[in-house]
Amino acid sequence: MSETLTDTPVADLVGGFTAEAFEAHMASQASAPAWWLERKRIAYSRFSALPMPGRKDEGWRFSNLSGLNLAGFGSASADAKPFAAPFMIETSATLQFSNGRSTGVDMISPHLKSKGVIVSTLSKALVDHASLLKEHFMAQPQKLGSAKFAALHEAFVADGAFIFVPKGVEVTKPIMVVHAASGAGTSIFPHTLIIAEDNSKVSVVDYFASTDETRQFACGANDIYAGHGAKVAYAAAQCWSLESLSFQFNSTVVRRDARVQSLNLHLGAKQARHESLSQLQAPGGFSEMLAVTIATGAREFDQRTLQIHQAPDTKSDLLYKNALLDKSRTIFSGLIIVDPDAQKTDAYQSNRNLMLSDDAESNSLPGLEIQANDVRCTHGATSSRIDPEQEFYLKARGIPSKAANELLIFGFFEEVLGRLENEELHAALLAFIQTRFTANIK
Amino acid sequence: MSDITDTLESSVENPVSGIDQSSGNFKYDMTYDFDAGTGLNERTVDYISSVKKEAPWIHEFRQSALKQFFAKPMPTHWATKDLENINFDKIRYYLSQGLKPKRTWDEVPDDIKRTFERLGIPEQERKFLAGVEAQFDSEAAYSNIKEAVAKQGVIFMNSTEALREHPEIFRKYFGKVIPTGDNKFSALNSAVFSGGSFIYVPKGVKVSHPLQAYFRINAENFGQFERTLIICDEGAELTYMEGCTAPKFSTATLHSAVVELVALKGAKIQYITVQNWSSNVFNLVTKRGVAHEEAEIKWIDCNIGSRLTMKYPGVVLKGRKARGEVISIALANDGQHQDTGAKMIHAADETTSTVVSKSISVGQGRATYRGVVHIPRHLKGCKNNTECDALLINTNSRTDTYPAITVRGDRHAVQHEASVSKVSAEQIFYMQQRGLTEGQAMSLSVNGFINDLARQFPMEYSVELKRLIDLEMEGSVG
Repeated sequence: MSETLTDTPVADLVGGFTAEAFEAHMASQASAPAWWLERKRIAYSRFSALPMPGRKDEGWRFSNLSGLNLAGFGSASADAKPFAAPFMIETSATLQFSNGRSTGVDMISPHLKSKGVIVSTLSKALVDHASLLKEHFMAQPQKLGSAKFAALHEAFVADGAFIFVPKGVEVTKPIMVVHAASGAGTSIFPHTLIIAEDNSKVSVVDYFASTDETRQFACGANDIYAGHGAKVAYAAAQCWSLESLSFQFNSTVVRRDARVQSLNLHLGAKQARHESLSQLQAPGGFSEMLAVTIATGAREFDQRTLQIHQAPDTKSDLLYKNALLDKSRTIFSGLIIVDPDAQKTDAYQSNRNLMLSDDAESNSLPGLEIQANDVRCTHGATSSRIDPEQEFYLKARGIPSKAANELLIFGFFEEVLGRLENEELHAALLAFIQTRFTANIK
Repeated sequence: MSDITDTLESSVENPVSGIDQSSGNFKYDMTYDFDAGTGLNERTVDYISSVKKEAPWIHEFRQSALKQFFAKPMPTHWATKDLENINFDKIRYYLSQGLKPKRTWDEVPDDIKRTFERLGIPEQERKFLAGVEAQFDSEAAYSNIKEAVAKQGVIFMNSTEALREHPEIFRKYFGKVIPTGDNKFSALNSAVFSGGSFIYVPKGVKVSHPLQAYFRINAENFGQFERTLIICDEGAELTYMEGCTAPKFSTATLHSAVVELVALKGAKIQYITVQNWSSNVFNLVTKRGVAHEEAEIKWIDCNIGSRLTMKYPGVVLKGRKARGEVISIALANDGQHQDTGAKMIHAADETTSTVVSKSISVGQGRATYRGVVHIPRHLKGCKNNTECDALLINTNSRTDTYPAITVRGDRHAVQHEASVSKVSAEQIFYMQQRGLTEGQAMSLSVNGFINDLARQFPMEYSVELKRLIDLEMEGSVG
């Protein structure tokens, strides 16, 4: 099981995130409650104590470790500019953050508010809803290799979105969260916390973007908690500048008969690591994990997933699709764990790589660890080019090569995007990908 | 229901002994003429080398390998922690009664002869083999190749003889397919190797019947480190089979082989293993072949015994249109971990590879598939197809799948599929309705699961495999 990789791990443990930088950050957080500051201190010491990922870490197999250098990244400049999402959909609330600071919360209708729905900034929720935060904020284990960077997130997180939907309440239109980063060397730590109580329903869209093409550092996390019978739809579009380093950690907890769908769209950053953990904790739970990656240039997209079936009669379905152009690299490492008592598990995991360049590289590590016998578990991984027969079929009908390729590539993505329930969001994301992508198709 | 539970419990307690491994579970007290003692250091290596009267380059090769073995850490960052239970200081690295293998069964010392007769080896030789080598602990006790085959120029001898008598053929490839430092256990083997088969098949010679090696461990705390190197010259064809058993000791035994295959242009090698070590054996084997232009290497690997097996037969597809194939069957019973798989390294255009793996986990057995498929930059027309199916018999059985697939470029087609299932309750019910017992129905189902692979084995092995599985399934229904 040896592979040759020429890159060397980074020896510097803290980069720009020195003890002084941390103290400066803490000084800016002085108004936050004491328990929160204490958590941050513990997180910072955990961050500085943990080693940088090494060549022997299975969780970093195939990753470019030299790209993880944190030197040169510092705190964000204060001039936060408002920034709007590039696609318009009807929303029930919007939150905007620029360089980690809130620049506006468009509050929800009084109707939802009266039912107890909370859409707030994390900094405000620290004071108003401390007990909910204590229970759910980064409460799940980090099992996918990035414990160090998750600790960094916790130590430096300044603000984010806090969404709470009480029992039985349904929020029909999506809640939109926009995080923008600007300025060279800026570091931001976006966070979105979604708590959907029993039998509630909510849909949330995260949009991450840079306002300029400088190198930035984004280290974000989101926590989704779906109570019994709750329905959560989460979508995120990552469009950081093409020079940036990005980490994003998703954690999803699915309770009895709850359904969570999460879709991640990866377009930006020079090196992007995405970790997604789904825990199916009670019977009837269903987690659908979707991703679309468009890898261009010499970018690396490193996706690690874990579906843990902890209770009987749970279901998970993962579909990650990558389109690889130029000299890009992708890594998909997924694992399904079925605990010994989780009988009647139905788990699926699929990674499809569409190779569009002779210099691109895809790595697939689809894994299974099954400890119960009455299960249905399958996984598949493919890496191939556009089907020549399909291409021929279209060309034979007079469709030019470029248009034919475009049709086939969007057909490839449509299998994922088509699973979105919200038609408007589906159309908006598709149009968004098209504008970003069309220029790259030969 | 209560008496069924009783049989279940007793089968869980001791499901293995007395069933499948009974045929191999006996030993004779032997006196050995050569014994390297217990533990491993430079003097152990010196001893083995001097007993074998080896050329200086081989002695140096061993010493350098020993240094690499000591320097390498255990691969427990990805492999099972059970490896830490191997105590290298308590193992005996070389035991033999003499170095020169006998050419007829009559000359073989009585106890050893009785051993192989009980295992049915002479009988098999008469029936369908072109040649047999029978290794007892460190050295081959018997080695014979049928005259007709020898006349074709086929060389079939143990590692010591081959390196002494035909260095011009074997030295060129020895340690080249699997470098000493490939992993900790290939380094160990390179330091203390003894026995195994070195085979050369000349240009265009197609050996019509299989050659067979049988490996037997007789002594407690013994480590067997055979070394096999097979070279098929241009257009040659060979089928090689190996089998192995050991008595069941209370202490752990180590088997760590290195097998290198070289298929030159247009050659075909088929390598068949039926591994039935007793459940105290750590079986840590490195197997790899290089397939040149239009050559074909096929590994048929069947793992039924051992405590822990870690074995990932590989093919380096070095020449255009080379083909690699791994067919793997693993059966993991209580206390067993079959960590098996395949490696397919594509290094030329239009190379194709296939991996089909089927595993069955019974009781608390654990079957793991680990695979590597690698297609480097700027090749075209490479294809790989991998299928892994796992069958879980009991509620507490375990299976894992860890493939790693790297594809560079847009001119290839690679696909991997895996599924995990249990025996269908409906099928069992259907068969019981027709008068079969639950155990019979289960055996039939499991045999059906592996049937398409078992058919690729030579008849004798395929029958034996089915019988072993029937026995293993007895009382395992739950």
